[in-house]
Amino acid sequence: MSEHVLDAKGLNCPLPIIKAKKMLKDVPTGEMLRVLATDPGSVADFAAFCRTTGNELVESKQDGTTYSFLIKRLS
Amino acid sequence: MSSVEPSNGKSMTIIVTKGTLDWAYPPFILATTAAAMGVDVTMFFTFYGLPLLLKRLDLEVTPLGNPAMKLPMMGVHMAMPNLVGMLPGATAGATTMMKNLIKKKGVASIEELRQAAIDSDVKMIACQMTMDLFEYKLEDMIEGPTLGGAATWVENALKSDVNLYI
Repeated sequence: MSEHVLDAKGLNCPLPIIKAKKMLKDVPTGEMLRVLATDPGSVADFAAFCRTTGNELVESKQDGTTYSFLIKRLS
Repeated sequence: MSSVEPSNGKSMTIIVTKGTLDWAYPPFILATTAAAMGVDVTMFFTFYGLPLLLKRLDLEVTPLGNPAMKLPMMGVHMAMPNLVGMLPGATAGATTMMKNLIKKKGVASIEELRQAAIDSDVKMIACQMTMDLFEYKLEDMIEGPTLGGAATWVENALKSDVNLYI
């Protein structure tokens, strides 16, 4: 399954969410979007974003100062 | 665009009453984020919030009368005493410092957030009464906002899940 990647490192709230939403529009339903971010607030925000928009947060992990979110487009 | 966008059927209105560089952020951040989460958003720009619709934004922030405004400087947080804040150039200096912080911390500019709001179909209403009161002209405003008054907001607010006054 192909994976689309958004590098939102260095961006602050609400830019990672807004850019992710923009990119998710071009991700076919069922495919994945990987978001990389450095904003610690994005951990709670991407969980809330996925719950509210009906997409699946497949993975949320931290590697050093970088957060990585894997979102499966369902809606 | 909105017709193919997934909407969760929720809606939100925001009354925007402040137009300084700092206070311009909360309404645009919440509007763009809610829109990204499938919420129908209406922003009503009134009084000092109305100039946020001008084509050319010239936003400033003043520490005058705001002891909570402490900017990080060389490892400490510094407030500007009112007496200093009154001096010529203090507002321009504080604005420059704030804009530098905004850039350095990866925070979006207001212009960027406003464009994101337009791109995500956030509805914008310019308060007709404020236009008259402060003598603003529609041709000085960005394209997109419609004119309206209190009743226009009330109608929207009654149908909305969230109504904010900022």
